[in-house]
Amino acid sequence: MTNNTSLSNSASRGTTVDAAPAPKADRHFDRKGLVQMTLLGLLLLLPVVAYFSGQIYYVNLASRITIIAMAAVGLNLAIGYGGMVSFGHAAYFGLGGYVAGISAYHAFDLTPFMTWPFSVPGSDNLLVIWLAAMLLCGLLALAIGAISLRTTGVYFIMITLAFAQMIYYFANSWPTYGGEDGLPIYIRNTLPVVDSSDALTYFLICFTGLILAMAITSRLMKSRFGAALTMARLNDVRLATAGISPYPIRLVAFVISAAITGLAGALYADLNGFVSPTMLSWHFSGELMVIVILGGVGRLYGPLAGAVLFVMMETFLGGVTQYWQLFLGLVLLGVVLFAKHGVMGWLAGRERNE
Amino acid sequence: MSVTLLIEQLLNGVQLGTMLFLMASGLTLVFGVMGLINLAHGSFYMVGAYATAAVTASTGSFLIGLGAGMAAAAMVGALVELLVIRRLYHRPHLDQVLATFALILIFSEGTRWIFGSSPMRLSPPSWLTGFVTLPGDTRYPIYRLMLIGVGIVISIALYVLISKTRLGMRIRAGESDREMIGALGVNISKLYTVVFALGAGLAGLAGALVGALQSVQVGMGEPVLILAFVVIVIGGIGSIKGALLGALLVGVVDTLGRVYLPIFFRAFMPPSEATGVGAALAAMLIYILMAVILAFKPKGLFSAND
Repeated sequence: MTNNTSLSNSASRGTTVDAAPAPKADRHFDRKGLVQMTLLGLLLLLPVVAYFSGQIYYVNLASRITIIAMAAVGLNLAIGYGGMVSFGHAAYFGLGGYVAGISAYHAFDLTPFMTWPFSVPGSDNLLVIWLAAMLLCGLLALAIGAISLRTTGVYFIMITLAFAQMIYYFANSWPTYGGEDGLPIYIRNTLPVVDSSDALTYFLICFTGLILAMAITSRLMKSRFGAALTMARLNDVRLATAGISPYPIRLVAFVISAAITGLAGALYADLNGFVSPTMLSWHFSGELMVIVILGGVGRLYGPLAGAVLFVMMETFLGGVTQYWQLFLGLVLLGVVLFAKHGVMGWLAGRERNE
Repeated sequence: MSVTLLIEQLLNGVQLGTMLFLMASGLTLVFGVMGLINLAHGSFYMVGAYATAAVTASTGSFLIGLGAGMAAAAMVGALVELLVIRRLYHRPHLDQVLATFALILIFSEGTRWIFGSSPMRLSPPSWLTGFVTLPGDTRYPIYRLMLIGVGIVISIALYVLISKTRLGMRIRAGESDREMIGALGVNISKLYTVVFALGAGLAGLAGALVGALQSVQVGMGEPVLILAFVVIVIGGIGSIKGALLGALLVGVVDTLGRVYLPIFFRAFMPPSEATGVGAALAAMLIYILMAVILAFKPKGLFSAND
């Protein structure tokens, strides 16, 4: 410890430049890297073991964790990195799910989704569905974000919540696609070469999606755009003084965030073979926020840690008592009041910028 | 027939509006004075309804039940403020949202634990059942008229409380400068507890009154909470006047939309389709209204913090 301080002292005096790397930061990285690799490794390894010992239930549980984590990665981009406390991300999760459901419904029925002004048929190709889900969620977020981002603080929270409720009630009362009963997907949508109906294959697809989403977030936050977004969160006046308007930066981040969450929604609908307005409900928006906070807000691996913890609590505590949400509430209250940096902050140490 | 329907639905809209006002006034006061966003406000609505149902069932008197419900909600509110909310005033909004979301989970599951999942029975007393005939041969339930009356009385009482009494003066002072009234020797933490309990009591009253009309069940406060959010966003957060106007606007627009939009679409669509489209659009109507108002006035109609 004393060694470290003397080193960084000499570095700060500017005597030797090549002695600059701070050993303390390296050790910090090691512990963080270890926790992160363990988390990812276990998530990848356990379903494989479960699959080959015939426990398909646990493979699907891992897929569920992965998908929820991906949705939370999307929300983390808005809340953690962008400082935009969206209380309506269930709207994108649900819309993504409905894209998968509706597309499969029309492909199954051989009826077109729409005929005017041009004909759009249904499709059971996952690639088409994923693209459509991300595109539509991006467009929806563009519209909602354009209005909501004119406001800040509590207004933003309430408005994003209200818009999500609007979509929820719309899906609830629109009878064509099942209304409040939801819409079943009879056969899981397909991919060209691989067999998506196999549980392990589908888990690997979801896992790849999660890794991509995290990689995109990481790359984005290291770019000029990420620096601008961070500054928009910390001090938007200063960003504006530097000649960059915060509004478009926030809007773009909000749209990307929604597209990631929407893709997760499409994956989730295909995992369950079912989509219903529950996916759009404000309770899910809240749970997604809970996951981001439990894991550690504004940290790359926070959503994953939060999703693991949340789904585990839901599955195992839910198996013990039907009132498990009471305990979730108590845990959450404890985390918010007393442990602000989440599971990752506790396991892997604080981020440098905290 | 159609004038009768219009009068009836207008009254229904005003009735929904007054109940929304009871919810929204507490929310907006708590935000205006303490700067706190409180999702658990819907839980006080539920607590009020359950306490009223339980006390009414054991005493046989709806009025005693109503008083007990309001008192229970206010007491639970004060307790929650002392134990949890107090620690959140200086925290970011994200923490406030999460902590109060946690409170919702605790309250909902706790109530389910104590009272079970099936709804509780609560009906208006016999002297409030029946109909009155209004001009134009409209028959309207007495109980609903009574709700409108209660809403008007509470609005006037709140107006008097806030603009004429010492407590109201402190509340207004708290809205404009929190630190200053503390420096002037007002016991801020007591004031906060009182304001929070007042809001919770009003929410409990609304829950009890509406519970007798619909049903008393876990989660009953959540749809109302979100409507109340729309109300205070439209009215301007922190403004009681805005909450009243917003509540009436939302109540009337929502009620009329649900009745008239399907009728409107039936004019040029096959009936089954018109019902679906009309219902779906009616469900979205108040949110569209909110979006339009925000597009022109991002801080709502009457913002207190301008």
